[in-house]
Amino acid sequence: MSELRETGLRQLADLLRRREISPRELLFDCRQQIDLIEPQVRAFVTLALERAEQQAVDAEARLRTAVEPSPLAGIPMALKDNICTQGLTTTCSSRILEQFRPPYDATVTARLAEAGAILTGKTNLDEFAMGSSTENSGLFTTRNPWDPDRVPGGSSGGSAAAVAAGEVFFALGSDTGGSIRQPAAYCGVVGMKPTYGRVSRYGLVAYASSLDQIGPITRTVADCALVLQTICGWDPLDSTSAPLEVPDFTEFLNQPIRGLRIGVPREYMGQGIDPSVIHAVRSALTKLEGLGAEWEETELPHTRYGLPTYYLLATAEASSNLARYDGVKYGLRAEGGRDVIAMSRMTRSEGFGAEVKRRIMLGTYALSSGYYDAYYLKALRARSLIKQDFDQALQRFDLLLSPTTPTVAFKFGEKADPLAMYMNDICTIPVNLAGLPSISIPCGFAEGLPIGLQLIGRPFDEGTLLRVANQYQQHTGWHQQRPPMCRKEG
Amino acid sequence: MIINREQVEHVALLARLDLSEEEIMLYTDQLNAILDYVGLLDQLDTSQAEAMAHILPLSNVFRADQVRPPLAVEDALANAPDRKGEYFRVPRIV
Amino acid sequence: MSRARFEVIIGLEVHAELKTQTKIFCSCPTAFGAAPNSQTCPICLGLPGVLPVLNQRVVEFAIKTGLALNCPIAPFSKFDRKNYYYPDLPKNYQISQYDLPICGRGWLDIEIEGAKKRVGITRVHMEEDAGKLVHQGETIGQAEYSMVDYNRTGVPLIEIVSEPDLRTPDEARAYMEALKAILEYLDVSDCRMEQGSLRCDANISLRPVGSQKLGTKTEIKNLNSFRSLQRALEFEIRRQAELLEEGESIIQETRSWDEGKAVTTSLRSKEEAHDYRYFPDPDLTPLVIDRQWVEEIRASLPELPEARRRRFELEYQLPPYDAQILTNSRATADYFEACAREFRDYKAISNWIMGELTRLLNAEGLELAQSRVTPPRLVEMLKLMAAGVISSKLAKTVFEEMFATGKPAPAIVEEKGLVQITDESALEQLIDSILTAHPQVVQDVRNGKEKAMAFLVGQAMKQTRGKASPDIVNRLLREKISG
Repeated sequence: MSELRETGLRQLADLLRRREISPRELLFDCRQQIDLIEPQVRAFVTLALERAEQQAVDAEARLRTAVEPSPLAGIPMALKDNICTQGLTTTCSSRILEQFRPPYDATVTARLAEAGAILTGKTNLDEFAMGSSTENSGLFTTRNPWDPDRVPGGSSGGSAAAVAAGEVFFALGSDTGGSIRQPAAYCGVVGMKPTYGRVSRYGLVAYASSLDQIGPITRTVADCALVLQTICGWDPLDSTSAPLEVPDFTEFLNQPIRGLRIGVPREYMGQGIDPSVIHAVRSALTKLEGLGAEWEETELPHTRYGLPTYYLLATAEASSNLARYDGVKYGLRAEGGRDVIAMSRMTRSEGFGAEVKRRIMLGTYALSSGYYDAYYLKALRARSLIKQDFDQALQRFDLLLSPTTPTVAFKFGEKADPLAMYMNDICTIPVNLAGLPSISIPCGFAEGLPIGLQLIGRPFDEGTLLRVANQYQQHTGWHQQRPPMCRKEG
Repeated sequence: MIINREQVEHVALLARLDLSEEEIMLYTDQLNAILDYVGLLDQLDTSQAEAMAHILPLSNVFRADQVRPPLAVEDALANAPDRKGEYFRVPRIV
Repeated sequence: MSRARFEVIIGLEVHAELKTQTKIFCSCPTAFGAAPNSQTCPICLGLPGVLPVLNQRVVEFAIKTGLALNCPIAPFSKFDRKNYYYPDLPKNYQISQYDLPICGRGWLDIEIEGAKKRVGITRVHMEEDAGKLVHQGETIGQAEYSMVDYNRTGVPLIEIVSEPDLRTPDEARAYMEALKAILEYLDVSDCRMEQGSLRCDANISLRPVGSQKLGTKTEIKNLNSFRSLQRALEFEIRRQAELLEEGESIIQETRSWDEGKAVTTSLRSKEEAHDYRYFPDPDLTPLVIDRQWVEEIRASLPELPEARRRRFELEYQLPPYDAQILTNSRATADYFEACAREFRDYKAISNWIMGELTRLLNAEGLELAQSRVTPPRLVEMLKLMAAGVISSKLAKTVFEEMFATGKPAPAIVEEKGLVQITDESALEQLIDSILTAHPQVVQDVRNGKEKAMAFLVGQAMKQTRGKASPDIVNRLLREKISG
């Protein structure tokens, strides 16, 4: 049975269609793994296994009768707990939404359900997606399956850990400054942030509206293409979703990469990046060269302004997006307030964790009277300069390449200082500011911990990223390695 | 010091946050450190740069003026912390 | 009076609910009067994860309004978030427009005491409405709790800001009436102040006559009718004048009009003044309004009140006063023209609409649309009068009956036997008898006392129970007396 967890989605779909296995068997397999792993990893906020059983039964019917069932039909997966699921709590790992049950599905939830994928549960995150380690979860901590003393990354730590530990076949995360790619790197799995506007944000609890995107976390690039295919596409409920055709991403997977031009921004390969990470990334470059790609160093001169820009724009938008959590209409309501203002203040103070409060205050300050120009407006301008860097580089190159993170997964409590924590996203944040597609794939190990390789593409050119990433995976074995706690299976 | 204690308290008020004495002190320190780092932007000449509020070149995204069924009242109130009949109830407002 | 030392500066901010089928950012219905929280969805409730999508008709209505107010339509416009906390605002921000409103500076002409005055419009912009609060207990101050109905959140609003060009409460009222007429003519809003689909806040300040510097202004809210507006402004002028004369300064604040006590009271809250922290809404795309769309909308504009008024003066030869009253509301103007299509005595139509019809509607608290006297019915009655079947005096009785029952005039006349007596021979006999009975009065008439004539006419009317034709009676009396 454990071989199933080594099987790619495409092959699984074949097996399911040929009735060699059933959705219920797949789910059973996952449930066994969940029982084994969860006590150590704690990736899930909510398990919805009874519901999942029913979905598995429905999927079986679908597989029997549908002419062309989706390749995701019958496949157990998980959703980050900031993606709305009707009738199932969606907590954003925050005490302020601990009991909240949305009366509606996010668009991606509906699309996966329509495809027949099985929702096993909701995964843990840094509260309201604000963090890089999942230590900021307001509920509990998730551990990295590779080393339980280390963080899985964040904010989509639960989703990355669940996929890495074989608890589900794929998961969705959200990425505002690296929150899919960074945990994917730390957990040795594939994580993609699509171009801004590729995937509907309707039903994704907003952190920073102009930066958030939902994306797949999978074990292989081929799996990623399949999941991406299902969740992409224009949504009339999201004014910022791109009215563009969605190509067949799987068609890019096996295209050779001879002649493709890769740019390596020097700002991402220097000071601040761990030597072992640099080493792994350079080896990957060599491998890609061997496959026929060409590479050259390039520059993104405004890179160092990325983090400050992000921490002004994202927090400003967040301060407004999180204003609705006031104990009036839903969520936690603190008792004992003498009037509604007192009640709201108490509710928010009790319900939000420290990082959320910090970012709300920073964002409020950046927008406030007298400071708007110096902070928020300045950041809006800086953003266009950062984007321009990428636009110019991507005229000369088909894609860019860098490490995903400066280090491998760190130990719990190691980055207690907020600024130190923010530095984890130094390679991923500028990509969100530019709205570009980006993928992280495993490219090596240091001290037994996974290292991630980041590829950044032109707007809406997820295809080229999948192409390069898949070719790399076909010729390397990093993605096939499993965390020690999962290797006990026979 | 870029932001002082009074400013932190004012911001907390605007953001409807009740901060303990410890929190005020801690956040004042941390916010100062972050704003200090953010001050890096002062070195960047943005005078010729466009203020980029939207990342995609989309405009005029509209929908037609057509009614869709609203939520059932029970669904609308399902998560209400307190209700009276078909209303949401809140503590006194003034 | 002391007030004459001060010049009054008034500006008005008007919010009108747009009569689109659906809300501005979601597809919920906008109908008034639904059961609480029965017209909401995740979007207008501000649930976690939702996003707004703009209703195209709202933009169309906003452009229409701007064109009718002579405003330029911005080629590039956007929405901004106005951030503040209040229980009737689900997201604790309102999606509005800050620095790039859809319409720029325009103007509206009003008529005040026969003279025309041009009032500047600063801007027109779109925004979403908030919900409704119901307070337990008498007032918000005494309530132990409040209840919230979110049906109204997301209803589209346009905000129309006037320049501070108004100088008297009368002008303010005239401006409101003219603005309301325009919005009705455009059919963009129901304009019912009592239902809240038309709202008005006033800004008012005083300054010594001759001074160039603006005084401190106060904002007045809770104005539920044109009359409240006028009374509130009059009160506030007195209040500010008294303070200024005592050497006190005016506090810049928001005040609420208390209709019952006929005073404005301070709404100054204990908290800091709002810092709205406006920033462009990242969930909505900017608006690029091309000239073609604007011209299409311009071509679709109906005849506006002022143009219609001038046409009424010209085409129907009505006096300016009549034309003004009739065109003040689109419904009334339409009613008039429906009559005018069938009957040529336009002044008569006008008199009856402005007179009896209005009187009876007001007495019953009815709208014109609810009148049982429809244009064809009124025309029917006027034709009977013109044909001499009923006298003008009896017509009033007939009209009242028509209004109360909806029966047509001919039926009522027949039922009540009100046909005017025009048979001269019958009347002659009657008149002879009257003259014989009152010789002294006859002598008085011969001596030039017109009042005596009226007495004789009155006798004839009395004895025929009003049915004698007054014209014929008058003529016969004069003939017989003089000759």
